[in-house]
Amino acid sequence: MIPPLLRPRRKNPILRTRLPLLPPWARSRAALGLTAAAAIGRFELQVCAACGSVQYPPREACQRCLSGSLRWREQPGLGELISTTTVHHSHDLFFRERVPWQLGMILLDAGPTVVAHLHGGCAPPPSRVRVGARLDKSGQGVLLAFPIDEVPNMADDRQLREMTCDPKFRKVLVTDGKTAVGQAVVRSIIAAGADLVWVGYAEPWKKLPGLAALEALPQTALLPLDLTDSRSVKQIAAEIGGRVDILINTAEVHRAHGIASRSGVEVARAEMDVNYFGLLRLAQEFGPAMRARGADGPSNATAWVNLLSIYALSNYPPHGTFSASKAAALSLSQCLRAEMRPGGVRVINVFPGPIDDEWNQLLPPPKLSPEALAKAVVKALQDGVEDVYPGDVAQEWLARWEESPKTLEREVSI
Amino acid sequence: MTANSLISLAADLNSGRIRVVDLTQTLAPEFPQIVLPPEFGQCWPFRIEEISRYDERGSAWYWNNFSCGEHTGTHFDAPVHWVSGRELPNNSTDTLPVEHLVGAACVIDCSAEARADPDFLLTAEHVRRWEALHGRIAPRSWVLMRTDWSKRTDPVAYQNFDDTGQHTPGPATDAVRFLIEERDVVGFGSEAIGTDAGQGYHLKPPYPCHYYMHGAGRYGLQCLTNLDLLPPTGAVIFCAPLKIKNGSGSPIRALALVPA
Repeated sequence: MIPPLLRPRRKNPILRTRLPLLPPWARSRAALGLTAAAAIGRFELQVCAACGSVQYPPREACQRCLSGSLRWREQPGLGELISTTTVHHSHDLFFRERVPWQLGMILLDAGPTVVAHLHGGCAPPPSRVRVGARLDKSGQGVLLAFPIDEVPNMADDRQLREMTCDPKFRKVLVTDGKTAVGQAVVRSIIAAGADLVWVGYAEPWKKLPGLAALEALPQTALLPLDLTDSRSVKQIAAEIGGRVDILINTAEVHRAHGIASRSGVEVARAEMDVNYFGLLRLAQEFGPAMRARGADGPSNATAWVNLLSIYALSNYPPHGTFSASKAAALSLSQCLRAEMRPGGVRVINVFPGPIDDEWNQLLPPPKLSPEALAKAVVKALQDGVEDVYPGDVAQEWLARWEESPKTLEREVSI
Repeated sequence: MTANSLISLAADLNSGRIRVVDLTQTLAPEFPQIVLPPEFGQCWPFRIEEISRYDERGSAWYWNNFSCGEHTGTHFDAPVHWVSGRELPNNSTDTLPVEHLVGAACVIDCSAEARADPDFLLTAEHVRRWEALHGRIAPRSWVLMRTDWSKRTDPVAYQNFDDTGQHTPGPATDAVRFLIEERDVVGFGSEAIGTDAGQGYHLKPPYPCHYYMHGAGRYGLQCLTNLDLLPPTGAVIFCAPLKIKNGSGSPIRALALVPA
């Protein structure tokens, strides 16, 4: 039985805030394959191209035939829980604060026996379990054994919550509530149990539909926030930065221009000012407080979400300057991820294909609805992944990009 | 005689017999800028970034970089700003005659009308009625339309948009033509975000104040404030734009001298 997560008590303000710690993060280059897969929500192990045996732990050569051709392949993760161990004492600072901690040994149907963190819903051994990969607080891939069937309060498991960024009972900042995507994200995050959602809006004199309806929700608070204005970002960070558990940056400028279709640099600059410099301003002002609150009780600072674009991977020339600004944002988000990691705060990049909005009016379907995008954001938080490619177009681009970036570049530039 | 009047001006300024009134809105990021449909190019709002503040970026000094458009905040419109003035000689901020930048101001109080109707248009008939009370507008005067619009300190109320666009007061076409053709004014000033009314696009021609004033080599001032502190006649204003090469305008520090 997993006890349901109850609304955390208010923090005792005279007690020192616990500093973030990380579980052991050192990995060999080979072992980072597990992390790379877990970052996009997959459980992969190395499979020998010569003899087909599944490897664990990650290694350089096949444990059976010594072939060096090991390929990371997605695993179903089904297996039998053979034994469990409850750790009551640890010299590791991270686990020392979190004991008792449950581990299990699982014989995977695919062959190897693995040691994994154990979800509290698993039946005692011997029992069937499903092993999945998750990112731990250090951002590295680890294995976690789940019960085969859904159990009540599955997401509330104490050990699982160390690896996810569930919005339940958390306080969230959505940086731009004027767009359809921003508004859908606000509604989805509230539906997922967020306690409070601050909704940023710039240029209040430009009245756009939907914002008033958001303001009427009991969980929201509207805030004037303009990512092009350093003083505005600094001001809002000073007001609420120490309370934001999840930051979702939905602000973007998107115009459908390449180089030749628009003379001058003003449109490109406006895109960069929000999509790139806006992220930089947010990161400088909100990053430090969030990083420091990575272990601040059950409602700690836990995640930072960037709305990027699949065009960040490869330039889509009809929307060329927008693509470039998103590529810049992707690069900066990698820096942010590295800088947030010591605080245990996950940086999640969302790479949608074309969203069904006014700036993609001339693109044919399939286009991602703002609601579907918002659901993908919430799921990414609940799963604790780093990179999300929601929708058919994004999945297609990703597959082609993984196969050959150069081929994709040529394909989309015709 | 001229030297004496300047010396007496300085004495009057020192003694407070002549006051200096600041007609300028503070340049701040939150002050709104003119809004065009999103597919058009946009005027930058005022933005400011700290270079250093007695810190590791510069230990003993505080300074900023700022950015804005030529038409941000309280600003000056040169004739080259509008297509009707594009071929005129000396039509940009670097070449226009500087003697035009200091001059007598006639202040037409439309505050009651603008309070009653945000779309209020100042007509030639209004101007004639004002002249009946305050005298004929002298050639080469500046005409300033007082609406108290600058007292709308909330940017939303100042911009005053609804789904048919902006609703702010401005001059009617006949007033603009009257002021140029029959009174030879040097320029027109407004407290709202533009010299033309918010709905000026629907007038004939669209944006008549820009069209005719700049077409005749005259100037525009917008986002003025404190016009309620000026007398109907008798004030002298200073409204020099920055000397931007081929500039279409510039933010200004607009000042007025008024008798105490």
